[in-house]
Amino acid sequence: MTKTTIVVGLDGSEAGARALDFAKSQAKQIGECAIAICYVIEWSPFSFQTPEENEQRHKRREEELQLAHERVMDPAVTKTKADGFDVLAVVRHGDAADILDAVAKQHGAAQIVVGRVGARGLKERVFGGVTGRLAATASVPLTIIP
Amino acid sequence: MKRFMTGGLAAATALSLPTLAAAQEAVSFDQRVNDIFAGSTGWFVNLIFMNLPGTNFPWIVLWLVVAASIFTIYFGFIQVRAFGHAISLVKGDYADPNDAGEVSHFQALTTALSGTVGLGNIAGVAVAVGIGGPGATFWMILAGLLGMASKFTECTLGVKYRNEYPDGSVSGGPMYYMTKGFKERGIPGGRFLAIVFAIFTIGGALGGGNMFQANQAHAQITQITGDFSGLITGVIFAAVVFAVIVGGIKSIAQVTEKVVPFMGVTYVLAALVILIVNADQIGWAFGQIFEGAFTGLGVAGGFVGALIQGFKRAAFSNEAGVGSAAIAHSAVKTKEPVTEGVVSLLEPFIDTVVICTMTALVITISGVLVVNPETGLFVLNEAGTAIQTADGSSGVALTSAAFATGFSWFPYVLAVAVILFAFSTMISWSYYGLKAWTYLFGEGKTKELVFKLIFCFFIIVGAAAQLGAVIDFSDAMIFAMAVVNITALYFLMPIVKREMNSYFDRLKSGEIVKHGH
Repeated sequence: MTKTTIVVGLDGSEAGARALDFAKSQAKQIGECAIAICYVIEWSPFSFQTPEENEQRHKRREEELQLAHERVMDPAVTKTKADGFDVLAVVRHGDAADILDAVAKQHGAAQIVVGRVGARGLKERVFGGVTGRLAATASVPLTIIP
Repeated sequence: MKRFMTGGLAAATALSLPTLAAAQEAVSFDQRVNDIFAGSTGWFVNLIFMNLPGTNFPWIVLWLVVAASIFTIYFGFIQVRAFGHAISLVKGDYADPNDAGEVSHFQALTTALSGTVGLGNIAGVAVAVGIGGPGATFWMILAGLLGMASKFTECTLGVKYRNEYPDGSVSGGPMYYMTKGFKERGIPGGRFLAIVFAIFTIGGALGGGNMFQANQAHAQITQITGDFSGLITGVIFAAVVFAVIVGGIKSIAQVTEKVVPFMGVTYVLAALVILIVNADQIGWAFGQIFEGAFTGLGVAGGFVGALIQGFKRAAFSNEAGVGSAAIAHSAVKTKEPVTEGVVSLLEPFIDTVVICTMTALVITISGVLVVNPETGLFVLNEAGTAIQTADGSSGVALTSAAFATGFSWFPYVLAVAVILFAFSTMISWSYYGLKAWTYLFGEGKTKELVFKLIFCFFIIVGAAAQLGAVIDFSDAMIFAMAVVNITALYFLMPIVKREMNSYFDRLKSGEIVKHGH
């Protein structure tokens, strides 16, 4: 890919929207630059499920993907396209930090932009938030928008 | 089977009235439940455990072992060859990232495991070692290792012939491979086998997957609180299960699903600590296991007694060849049915070879089994049916006593573990039973509700009846499932072999590769 790519993580929050705005301003300055907008549905293949949950899993997944597109992804993509940017949309299940980095690698992105998610609860303290883990593991430069 | 169902239900209806009238007659109520229950199911139990002519060896045990051995040889010791690949699959090395969010191999395996890891590992092993002596452990491990091949066969077929509905939900299990697989091979009788299997599955769900669990959970609770009527435990359990399967209160089930693996790990760790503390005796314990496996060391029935108990309890614990796991494993997202078969190999390994062996070693080392110091042989109880134990306990109470020699507080942890294991096994089996029920009667809210109500009712019966009657019936039903399922597996195993060869050829040629992360 000859074009520069910026990967943006959206989570439906204000901070996510600010991250997208920042990515747009960066892309404008670069000129020839695509924006890969990512929305990650938190999911682990190593969670424990009941037989009923397993049976319904495919249906739930479809619903989750549809919701993500309707509520967050499609409006963001439409708006960004309308602003004249080249847009790539990725909605995927998994760990947000892993997936953002994987998408960045896949497209040879110049940087990842994410909104800072405030620490919430014990889990975040113990395992670190998405932004914290991404900062520690990202393979391309990372910008965290407060 | 039908006779049992009507008999059991009639007994139940007859008994529910006096209970409401006078709760103080609870003890006699337990006794009456037991008598009627044993009376109405005895004939079926006798049929399943009939001895081979001229021996005291039940034909059903031979049936299971021969099947597991045939599958082991027919698939070229798949449990050894594919063991590493199974772990790789569970780790997600071969998972397509585009399928993220679908049921993973790990999830299918753990869901199936939560149906099998449970009281069979705690109470069942204690029953085996209590009757058959430490030697039963040897046969149990052997049965576990061989059973891996049976599990591989049924789970591969379960995925291959599952029904996928337009909304993406799936239904799989022996009923489906019996009908579709037989049709594909042009063999008649698939539909008939499927119906018989479904009937036995309902029985198994009510027996081993329900009454046995309620019974042993009650035994464990009374161990701590002192004796009280099983009716009370039964009603409480039934109410909670009712809330989950009828009321749709998912949070209870989800909490259990998350706590159960934790309890399983705690159980194994506690066993390990006891074994490490008694490290000097491990050699002796294994000596007892090997010696007892071939001599019996004076247990009831001698070496054959040890063998029968070991095989029986292994089959009851890991359910290899029974067909239940094929229902649970079918939900996985994979294009290759063989992959789930390979993953399912790990189930008997974890369940029997690891967890059951832990229990057996702790019981052997703890010294709760009474040994005659002069002869070195076990002392039998007065009836001569089992080894005398230090405090006269059996089943889960024996395991509890054995662990208490290491940690005096362990019976409390075990009580919680037993209740959670019992609960998660009930939830799993209510699902298996329901699948069989809807296969027979079709899907529909009212039909499903009828089964769920029957299921809850049997929890009360199970908690109130005595161990002997419940365990006999549970075994009989689970093994009856295996009779039908293994018959079908013999007819369908060439299909599994074709799938297996094709898959491993493509794996070798590099057509199937790991997905980079």
